[in-house]
Amino acid sequence: MITLTVNGVRRTFDGDPTMPLLWYLRDELALTGAKYGCGVAQCGSCTVHVGGKPTRACQMPMAGLRDATVTTIEGLHPTGEHPLQVAWREIDAPQCGFCQPGQIMQAAGLLQDTPKPTDQQIDAAMNGNLCRCGTYPRIRAAIKAAAEKSP
Amino acid sequence: MSANEFLPWVRRATAPSARAGMPAPVAATDEKADSPHGLQRRTFIQLLGVGGLVIAFGPGGARRLDAAEPLPGTAASPWSPHVYVRVDDDGTVTIICHRSEMGQGIRTTMPMIIADEMEADWARCRVEQAVGDPKYGSHNTDGSTSIRDFLHKYREAGATTRALLEAAAASQWNVDVAEVFARQHEVVHRATGRTKPFGKLVATARTIAMPATASVRIKRPDERRWQGKTMPSIDLVPMTTGTAVYGADVTLPGMKVAAIARPPVWGGKLVSVDDGEARKVPGVERIVRIPETPIPGAFFPLGGVAVIAKDTWAALRGRDALKITWDAGPNGSHDSRAYRAALEASVRAQGKPGRTNGDAAAALAAAERKVSAEYHVPYLSHAQMEPLAAIARVQDGKVEAWAPTQSPNDARNTIAEYLKVDAANVTVHVTLLGGAFGRKSKPDFICEAAFLARETGVPVRVQWSREDDMRHSYYHAVAAHRLEAALDATGKVTAWLHRSAYPSISATFAPNVAGPTPDELTNGASDVPWDVPNMSVEACPAVAHARIGWYRSVNAIHHGFAIGSFVDELANAAGKDPAAFLLELIGPDRKVDLSKAGLVGAGDTYYGAPWADHPLDTARARRVVESVKQRSGWGTPLARGRGRGIAVHRSFLAYVAMVVEVEVRPDGTVLVPRATVAVDAGFVANPDRARAQMEGALVMAMSNTLYSGITFAEGRVEQSNYSDYRVARMRASPHLVDVHVVESEGLPGGIGEPGVPPAGAAIANAIFAATGVRVRELPVGRQLDGWAAAPPLPGST
Repeated sequence: MITLTVNGVRRTFDGDPTMPLLWYLRDELALTGAKYGCGVAQCGSCTVHVGGKPTRACQMPMAGLRDATVTTIEGLHPTGEHPLQVAWREIDAPQCGFCQPGQIMQAAGLLQDTPKPTDQQIDAAMNGNLCRCGTYPRIRAAIKAAAEKSP
Repeated sequence: MSANEFLPWVRRATAPSARAGMPAPVAATDEKADSPHGLQRRTFIQLLGVGGLVIAFGPGGARRLDAAEPLPGTAASPWSPHVYVRVDDDGTVTIICHRSEMGQGIRTTMPMIIADEMEADWARCRVEQAVGDPKYGSHNTDGSTSIRDFLHKYREAGATTRALLEAAAASQWNVDVAEVFARQHEVVHRATGRTKPFGKLVATARTIAMPATASVRIKRPDERRWQGKTMPSIDLVPMTTGTAVYGADVTLPGMKVAAIARPPVWGGKLVSVDDGEARKVPGVERIVRIPETPIPGAFFPLGGVAVIAKDTWAALRGRDALKITWDAGPNGSHDSRAYRAALEASVRAQGKPGRTNGDAAAALAAAERKVSAEYHVPYLSHAQMEPLAAIARVQDGKVEAWAPTQSPNDARNTIAEYLKVDAANVTVHVTLLGGAFGRKSKPDFICEAAFLARETGVPVRVQWSREDDMRHSYYHAVAAHRLEAALDATGKVTAWLHRSAYPSISATFAPNVAGPTPDELTNGASDVPWDVPNMSVEACPAVAHARIGWYRSVNAIHHGFAIGSFVDELANAAGKDPAAFLLELIGPDRKVDLSKAGLVGAGDTYYGAPWADHPLDTARARRVVESVKQRSGWGTPLARGRGRGIAVHRSFLAYVAMVVEVEVRPDGTVLVPRATVAVDAGFVANPDRARAQMEGALVMAMSNTLYSGITFAEGRVEQSNYSDYRVARMRASPHLVDVHVVESEGLPGGIGEPGVPPAGAAIANAIFAATGVRVRELPVGRQLDGWAAAPPLPGST
């Protein structure tokens, strides 16, 4: 039995301990904001926070999550108004939108550690998150806009 | 203004799940009507009898729907409308969207045009996604067609609804209709200033005579509120909060998850399967054989072995534990290296004519100076971020599917044919598409779900892994191109020979198609805007050994790369500035009816439109080139390792020019720091989404040009995931993309696709300018390793 906290709610899991967090979130908790994109930590669509750090949920087995604290895009902000979410909308960053929850969770991790990132820091932090629609220039702009608004 | 002011119809942040059983009637304003699934028919059909005004627009004009009449799209009323607008008694306006949303913003742009013309208040409008059904007209979201095919129809729909509401107000007030006008959800009596909100006009509007669509007035440009201006996308909140519903996000009660082992070679068959280990995986419940479809398989499933489990992880683990022996079949020896040599041999011999002007062969033979080059482009996979997934349920002979599909009509018809049921008993619901790029035009994956749901008797979600997606695509065609040109003493091009060899998309649907069809050549090869007297564009043989399909921009990708690169090579051979040379090649302003320009066998239409509507207008090509030349700083010096490239291309009835600036690092890594784009697509309804499409087209062209390639060995795809099928990432991507959307009232062209073809050539030409290395083979990959050891180019600083 594994006990963990997801978006502030305590949960227990007694299934296959090799199951990646991603499938637990999607199939068991119906938290479908984290997306399956590659299964091998190559695309970042499944990014959530574990212990406050951006983590690829597709490569995080449930066995490694004893007493862990997990935050998904659904739990990033109670009303969906995290500065990044607001900036993303103001810049109309998404196209298809599929990768954007992972992008936002990755960017949220960056801003926690580096509230005023340079272009190089943004590129380094975001390079693992793919977007086939090619929204990278707007994602970069949205991160900078959110950073500028934070104190 | 904040984007959030324009989010009136976002879905609620509830876990998505379709409801079992027959839905009970609910009001259109009920929040459940905002669910993407299963409720459209309820709001539009079951509500017909309970108030509100519903107007459908289709061939022949508008019709007010009444509960007593047979519904459109049925045997009793085969009329197939494309737009429905509903006005409720409380004033809520609902617009049915019959196009799939895959990032182009159509769920915003389409209703915005209608709401603008009808003078609706945008905040009181909502959109519902149409299910795949003839009563909603063509859904096929493909070929950059949504606005270019439907702009005028959307305008007519909005204007007719407005005219009806105006007539209703005039009738209530007993005044002449000329004395009233609609303004933001109400009708105003000009003389007295009296107003009536739309909702209070619905009852009257249901009884008075319908205005004739042909007589309604479309807004003048100065009257438009939103068309031609920027409107934020309606799905921004769900997309940024994780509540937007894509294919795999749909869950049905009692649903199982399936993962499928498919034949690794196109046309292969299962010999034997040992499923002993798979059955031992906890959660695996059933193993089901799916019959193989003989090639060419069109839209049908490849077949194979499905592992059905209680959750996705168990299905994937179970599938990986299958031990299968396959018979590779007729394509088991397909090998990309040998095939490349075959394509190159093919383009070195004369092909079938696709366009003939003058005598290119004679002009080349007599030429003072001849330049030739060959280009090679590999297969590509769409690699859209959302791997294929579809959900289906079969109950009482009725099939219901949910899928991220570009063409629910094709899905419906293919399922009906595959399962041998009447199409009227198949309903296909359209979710948001997590990228598509043409892959989701093909419903093979939806058919798999329908088959498994019928075989098992329970709802099934088929989940493709990334590896499945990469290895069982409908690939963008591998291609070889040979170009030859004659230059006169002044450096002017006097002859143009272009031979191409690539497997045709038609080969996926019919046997014995060997090489490009004339239609494929008009996708940006035989319709080039050049002023050259002697021209021969030829199709050379190429047999298909893999499923070939549409991929964003289709053949214009390799046509655009080869042609745009060759023009740059010619400019260098002629000792001219590439931008100046390009303008010279376009030549004097003229309009050319391409159907009379020497095309051979090119059919009755051009991108589905009448040839005469879309002549080649070389002034438009010239202007986009001049725009990017002027705005990009063309000709100003750059540091060593940096270079600019220029290209122009016309596809999907739009003209796009680009100047791309690259930075080639000493280790051969290519960055694209900035680009300048100009697009003339006629009237552009939502310019910011057009800009976004150009930004995205450039990034996709970076992938196509610099990183991506599918290769085959022993008939099998060698790549598996983003680790070996590389695509563009943040670090290499532009910091500045300056897009000029040409303001025009002209007939609309495409926006989603035409940006890709010039971008590939512009990148390759910029690499040449930066390094002196000419890229004739894609992807660039490691071709630039060691470039920095070569002596600097003349003129670089």
